[in-house]
Amino acid sequence: MEEVEVDARGLSCPEPVILAKKAIDDPETRIVKVAVNTGAGRDNVSRMARSQGCAVEIRPLGAGDFLLTIRKDS
Amino acid sequence: MNGFFASRAGIVVSGAVIGVLAALLQVLGNPANMGICVACFSRDTAGAIGLHRFAPCQYIRPELVGFVLGSLLAAWAGREFRSRGGSAPVVRFLLGVFAAIGALVFLGCPWRALLRFAGGDMNSEVGLAGLAIGVWIGVGFLKKGFSLGRSREMPTIAGLLMPAVMLLLLGLLVLRVSFGPDGALFFSENGPGAAHARIRYSLAAGLAVGVLAQRTRFCTMGAIRDVILIRDWHLLSGVVALALAALIVNVCVGRFRLGVANMPIAHSNALWNFLGMALSGLCFCLAGGCPGRQFFLAGEGDGDAAIFCGGLIVGAAIAHNWLLTATPDAIAADGAVLLGGPGMYGKIAVLAGIAFCLLLGFAARPRAGQNA
Repeated sequence: MEEVEVDARGLSCPEPVILAKKAIDDPETRIVKVAVNTGAGRDNVSRMARSQGCAVEIRPLGAGDFLLTIRKDS
Repeated sequence: MNGFFASRAGIVVSGAVIGVLAALLQVLGNPANMGICVACFSRDTAGAIGLHRFAPCQYIRPELVGFVLGSLLAAWAGREFRSRGGSAPVVRFLLGVFAAIGALVFLGCPWRALLRFAGGDMNSEVGLAGLAIGVWIGVGFLKKGFSLGRSREMPTIAGLLMPAVMLLLLGLLVLRVSFGPDGALFFSENGPGAAHARIRYSLAAGLAVGVLAQRTRFCTMGAIRDVILIRDWHLLSGVVALALAALIVNVCVGRFRLGVANMPIAHSNALWNFLGMALSGLCFCLAGGCPGRQFFLAGEGDGDAAIFCGGLIVGAAIAHNWLLTATPDAIAADGAVLLGGPGMYGKIAVLAGIAFCLLLGFAARPRAGQNA
């Protein structure tokens, strides 16, 4: 699968990171889109993704939610 | 500015500032190696409002008020305040109860374990090892899909209630309200509850810690968890900075004393220091944050964290009422060291708590076909 979406809104720490990492670790996946609803989730997922060598783009979804677009070694 | 707080430099500087503040609170009157102890302060606050009647541990700790209000201010300013809740509240309450019991068998939460290390109390290393094992077990459950389920949006008022309760507690403290001759509030005349910095210093330090921790996501449990889970040293660097900063201040002000037996408000029963902290670490890991972090989250509108804090306070009261807490080492009349530690009920409670957490860890999985 090229692109995977993960809805991590409402999940406590560190579940968003675990779900995002699982998606990134799948060799088939190129792009992972993660929705989070806290600043901590945004910071933690993007730090993890960058440490895995991915590029991260953060877009506010309104109402405090964020959509992180994670691209694997492009 | 958010970039700085999210950076490595940001977490290290914030951790160091928190460490200095904690050590200074000890100089200003807080108990030895207890500049900040979330479990002990929950216990003291529980005693002050009459939830337990152990006279030496009764005082409303303004640091806790500061934690919640500082976090609220920082979250509001950073547009991160979000009222939310509804993720397994009863489970979180019980995790708070058992976390408090484990901490009071060790005689400190992870924050105090770091401050005990900084004061030269070598039992802290045993406790921190127990904490790491507890977190490691919790990480195992998380990897297998452990989840307490999603929280959802709540009306703003719901998220403001915990800060409001904290303001009420502060008001009761400042006014020294007495509900009657034998009624609450209770304030210790001796013991740890009688040792405290002036309200303004405690509150100011608490507010500063609340602001810094909300911005940096500081978490003493998350520090260990992230290293085990994803080899991420970010939070741990802040925690190490806290311990080293407090250590340096302690050495400078002559409050560093290396030892094992008869350390301040501590016992040297290694097995139960280890198991008590292991239980706490497991509870914090399953609940998603150390006790400090739960108060900070409560300040930014997380009702589930607020319920955990309620569990901590009630658990601390139960621990005293049911004689589950450990007694510190003491010196006998002939000068011999009397070794402290938990009694039989405390040991049973710790083992029961570990059993509860293991059962929960195996049982709390999303149902098949459901994404958490």
